Amino acid sequence: MGRLSVDLCGIELDNPVIPASGTFGYGYEFAEYYDINLLGTFSFKGTTREARFGNATPRIAEAPSGLLNAVGLQNPGVDKVISEELPRLQRVFRKPVMANVSGFSVEEYVEVCRRLDSQEQIGWLEVNISCPNVHGGGMSFGTDPRQAAAVTKAVKAVTKKPVIMKLSPNVTDITVIAKACEDAGADAVSLINTLLSMRIDLKTRKPLLANKTGGLSGPAVFPLAVRMVYQVAKAVSIPVVGLGGVSSAEDVIEMMLAGATAVEVGAANLVEPCACREIIEQLPAVMDQYHINTLREIIGGTN
Amino acid sequence: MQQGLYEIIENTALADSVMRMRLQGDTSAITAPGQFVNIRLNGLFLRRPISVCDIEADVLTIIYKVVGRGTAQIRACLPGQTLDLLTGLGNGYDLSCAGDAPLLLGGGVGVPPMYLLARRLREAGKQVLVVLGFNTASEVFYEDEFRRLGCAVMIATADGSYGKKGFVTDALPESYSHFYACGPEPMLRAVCRATKTSGQLSFERRMGCGFGACMGCSCKTLTGNKRICKEGPVMRKEEILWED
Repeated sequence: MGRLSVDLCGIELDNPVIPASGTFGYGYEFAEYYDINLLGTFSFKGTTREARFGNATPRIAEAPSGLLNAVGLQNPGVDKVISEELPRLQRVFRKPVMANVSGFSVEEYVEVCRRLDSQEQIGWLEVNISCPNVHGGGMSFGTDPRQAAAVTKAVKAVTKKPVIMKLSPNVTDITVIAKACEDAGADAVSLINTLLSMRIDLKTRKPLLANKTGGLSGPAVFPLAVRMVYQVAKAVSIPVVGLGGVSSAEDVIEMMLAGATAVEVGAANLVEPCACREIIEQLPAVMDQYHINTLREIIGGTN
Repeated sequence: MQQGLYEIIENTALADSVMRMRLQGDTSAITAPGQFVNIRLNGLFLRRPISVCDIEADVLTIIYKVVGRGTAQIRACLPGQTLDLLTGLGNGYDLSCAGDAPLLLGGGVGVPPMYLLARRLREAGKQVLVVLGFNTASEVFYEDEFRRLGCAVMIATADGSYGKKGFVTDALPESYSHFYACGPEPMLRAVCRATKTSGQLSFERRMGCGFGACMGCSCKTLTGNKRICKEGPVMRKEEILWED
C-alpha cells in the first residue's frame, strides 16, 4: 500500500480523493482535462428508477465562497445508466466506481440498488437520503432515524456491495441518524450533503432559484462539515466518508484528522476542472510538511 | 476544452456599459463561432461565461455588458493582468448549412458571437446579411466592424433613436438561405416565428460549471434534454421546445 492509500469497506483506494456525486457527471467531461484514473474513485450522478429532468431553471446561484444548486437529480434513470452510461464510463475509468442512488420510496431505493448490484464495475453503493431539492422523498429519509434505518436495512438486503449512506446536515443531531444507519447494517456513512439555503434577487424581489430553495456547497460549508464528520466519527465505528467544501490537500488532511477514511470533493470540481488532480498531486508535499508518513495513520487523529 | 491563463491587452468601453476585452493566450481549443469562455474571478465562486466575439492567432476578443458583480469585476481588470479561462466551451454554430446568403441576427450582447461567425462566412465566400438590434442609439456597437467584413448591415433600435425603429424582426430582409441568431429569449422566440427558413439560435442560462458536469443549465428540447453549456448553447430552430 502506498502512502496515500486507504481502505474503504474492504476495497483499497490508491488515495482518499473521490469526486462527489452531482459534480462529476459520469466522468467523461473531466477525462477531457486529465486522466481520471488517478482518482481514488468517483461517485457518479445520482440515479433514480425513472429518468428525471429535475427542477426548473435557474437552478444554480452564486453564494459567498460557494454556490446554491437546485438541480433536483437530473439523470437518465437506472436502465439507461446501466445500458449507456456505465459502458461509456468503462472506457475512461478502470477502477471500481461508486454508484450514487436516490429514491422517493423505500421500494425505489431497493429496486435501483438491486439493479446496480449486478454491475461489476460498481464498487460501492452510496445511498443518498439527503437531497434537499426534491419533494416527497430525498431528504425526508435522511432527517428521520427510523426512515433512514428502514432504507438502509431494505437496501442491504438486496446487495452484496458495501452500502454507504449519504447523510443530510439539515438535522438537529446528525449522530442520531448516523447511528441509526449503522445499527441497520450500513457499511459506512458519507456526510455532508448540501445545506438547505435560499437567495433573493434585490431587483425582482424573487428567489434566485426557480425552486426557491437549494443546497449550499463549497468552501463556505467546510468548517461545518468538519464538525459533523468529527461528531459522527466519534459516534459510530463504521468508516466515515467526509465531504463538504473540500478544495485543497490541506482540507483533505483536516477532514481525515476529523475522522474521515476517505474524502469527497464536490463544488471545487465545478470551478477548477483539475481540482482533484491538483489535490492528489499536492498531498505528498503537504504530508511531508506536517510529518505525516501515511494518510491511514491520521484518520481520526485530532488531539 | 482547455484551461489557461490569458493576459489582458485591452479592456475598453464600446457603448453604454458595453465593454470589449482582448486577451492574449492559447486560442486553439476554440473551434467554432458561438462558443464561450468561462472566466475565474477573485472573490467570486462561480466562473462567468462570456461568448467569444473573435479570435485571431493568439488573441481572443470578448464583448460583455456590465450587468452584475461578475461583469463589474471584469470591467475593473487592467491590461497586463491575467485571467484564468476555460476555453472551447459549447458547441458553436454549424457553418455547413449556411447556404449562399445567410442571415445573422444579434440582439444586444447577442451581437458579439455574430462577428466571428460573419468573418468565417465571409471567408467562405458567402453573401452575409446582418441585422443588429439594440435598445437605443447609445448602446449600438460594431456596425462598422461588420461592414468592414463586407456584410450588408441593418440596425434596429427599440426606441427608434438609430436605424429602423423596432426589433430585429422588424428589419428582416426579403430572402436569405438560413439564419443564425443570438440575443434575449423573447427575441429568439420572435425570430423563430418571423423566419421562414431553417436556423440556429444561441441560448443563455445561469451556469454552474460551463463544461457539462453539474447539469445546472439543462433545458428540454424536442430531441431530449440538453445542457446549454455542452450540447448548446446553439440549438436548431426545429428542436426548440418553447416553455410558456
